[in-house]
Amino acid sequence: MVESVVSQQSAPTQSGSALSRAPAAAPREEVLRIERLTKSFDGKTNAVDGVTFTVMQGEIFGFLGPNGAGKSTTINMLTTILRPTSGDAVVCGHDLTKEQNAVRRSIGVVPQESTADEDLTGIENVLLCADFYGIPRKVSKPRANELLELVELTKYAGNKVGTYSGGMKRRLELASGLINRPRLLFLDEPTLGLDVQTRAAVWDYIRMLKEGFHMTLFMTTHYLDEADNLCDRIALIDHGKILTVGSPRELKESIGGDIIEVQVQDRMADISPAIRGVANVVEVRRTDSDYRIKTLLGEETAPAVMEAFRLAGAKVTKISIAKPSLDQVYLEYTGRSIREEHADSSTQAPHRGMMGMRRGR
Amino acid sequence: MTNQKTAAESQTISTPSDATRSAGHNSLPSFDQETSVNESPLHGLWALTNRDLKKWYKAPLILLLTLIQPVIWLGLFGKAMNFGAIFTGSSFNIPGLNIPAQELNALAGQIMQNTFGTTDYFSFLAVGMLSFISLFMAMNSGSSVVWDRRLGFLNKELSTPLSRGAIPLGKVFASIVRGLSQAAIVLVIAILLGLSVSHLTVLGVLGTFSALFLMVMGFSSLFVMLAVRSSNQDTQLMIVNLLNLPLLFASNAMFPAKLMPGWLQPVVKVNPISYATDISRQLLLGSTGMASLQFDFLYLGSFALILTVLGMIVSWRFLSK
Ligand SMILES: Nc1ncnc2c1ncn2[C@@H]1O[C@H](COP(=O)(O)OP(=O)(O)OP(=O)(O)O)[C@@H](O)[C@H]1O
Ligand SMILES: [Mg+2]
Repeated sequence: MVESVVSQQSAPTQSGSALSRAPAAAPREEVLRIERLTKSFDGKTNAVDGVTFTVMQGEIFGFLGPNGAGKSTTINMLTTILRPTSGDAVVCGHDLTKEQNAVRRSIGVVPQESTADEDLTGIENVLLCADFYGIPRKVSKPRANELLELVELTKYAGNKVGTYSGGMKRRLELASGLINRPRLLFLDEPTLGLDVQTRAAVWDYIRMLKEGFHMTLFMTTHYLDEADNLCDRIALIDHGKILTVGSPRELKESIGGDIIEVQVQDRMADISPAIRGVANVVEVRRTDSDYRIKTLLGEETAPAVMEAFRLAGAKVTKISIAKPSLDQVYLEYTGRSIREEHADSSTQAPHRGMMGMRRGR
Repeated sequence: MTNQKTAAESQTISTPSDATRSAGHNSLPSFDQETSVNESPLHGLWALTNRDLKKWYKAPLILLLTLIQPVIWLGLFGKAMNFGAIFTGSSFNIPGLNIPAQELNALAGQIMQNTFGTTDYFSFLAVGMLSFISLFMAMNSGSSVVWDRRLGFLNKELSTPLSRGAIPLGKVFASIVRGLSQAAIVLVIAILLGLSVSHLTVLGVLGTFSALFLMVMGFSSLFVMLAVRSSNQDTQLMIVNLLNLPLLFASNAMFPAKLMPGWLQPVVKVNPISYATDISRQLLLGSTGMASLQFDFLYLGSFALILTVLGMIVSWRFLSK
């Protein structure tokens, strides 16, 4: 019945400005419901540990966590590649363990690593994927060409995948993952190792799938900016456990809002109580002449704070507003410093660099 | 928290080429039309088989190498190690005894006939070589599974409605096609090199290849099973190296069973390679066999069936962790 709602909708929304995060169809339906999903590889430690969440129709749901958090393991369970050790999941209305083939027919997967056969050409790979779904060639041929067109690989369709660049392989995976026209698409680290332009292009594809085709997307990432910009909701995961779930905005607000830092002239009396009286101010901390004011809605509150300082007779010499970023959220929940101790340097070092990488606004 | 979500959503997202991109996308059909799909339990089997075969017939070098290999074996074993030559002509001479040459040759022929079931060792061996080359092809199917696991291709297969039984079967059929084609080449070359053709019939050739088909099917399933959980190429290579020659020499493919030590004979009698070879020798050379053709086929057929079914069950159960 979701299909009928979807088909009444218009074609893909034009232009990049139409990035409203409003829900697509009115009654939103659960596409994915996961309860206490657990996977243990060795019988002792849980790679995924009692994960519970739901994903709604038409949203981009992000799974954010450091290396080894259990993101891929979760995706592999939800795509029937791995057997859950315990727990339940309903994927597109089908029980994950009891109706595996129905689940498989309604999902698409773009895995973390390229799974294409490098000895075959791009088009051969996509068609092979179609054969796995039992889609007859007379349907799959035009569809494969259409999808290769979509990911701008038409020119290279006849080349062996072994000759493709990393970005081309990623796009080919995307085309293969869409061959069965899934309702729910899983993307595991869709932009890992891509350059800035290709990343932006992949982001565009993802948005287009959501807005143009009303697809539900479940993606993992360890890029904070990616989660921030792309996802409607994010689940933070570490050591196999969900730490928190919410929209990027909610998560940022959950750590207490913006920080306004104010410096006043020396030897002034403490005027913290006056500042605390300002609307939206959550917390005020003073060290000598520096005030650190935690507030919701920093931009709107800053003028009022300035006014409060002025009324108290303080001369402000410096002011800055820091928006809470997902970096801060991430730090607060995962306690990265603790993580670093166990991490092996080879995987953690470049990863730390990527964490710090922010996209300019 | 949520109710604090008021005006000034400060987040603006810059998407450089968004406008141009989505303009192009408009022409695409919507994603919700469903088509009739093939849901038979073995759909995709041919696609899988063909995928493996493409790697072979589309790579000229690999194709060439796989063609050369049997030729070398034939030349090396069949022509260089000619047992018949030991007994015939002047090389065989017992001091003090003066046996006329033609009597000696007749005696040698008798010995050859008794030992190998045919008068020339080349023919004996060439037919054994058919089993040998097919067996080697069957053994590769295991490492092919390991490759698919390592390259993530197996994961892709597992996330689709492809039947878990089709995955091993695809490997099995691919190695059957490759094994039988190589066997066919060996047969042609052997005939050119002097395989005795006096008993050769179309039906005999067909029967021989049916036997090889069953043998490859069984062994290929066995090696797929051994690789089902493995992600280590070296382990797979070790298994193949450990088993290939013992399997071969503990059969009648290279050497007649009746000349083997007593303890080895029961092994030869259960080894499916012996049965495939026995069928081939009976049908192609008219040799007197180890057992009747019916029994040979029954034995080989059961071997193929049991291992294939087992292979499918094991894959069904153990391909995904
Ligand atoms: N096949 C496996 N056998 C044993 N342990 C595994 C296996 N796959 C994953 N693990 C373990 O499970 C944990 C979670 O791994 P997973 O691949 O899900 O992490 P991830 O969040 O996807 O990390 P990354 O960002 O590096 O992709 C890790 O500690 C990993 O060592
Ligand atoms: Mg991963």
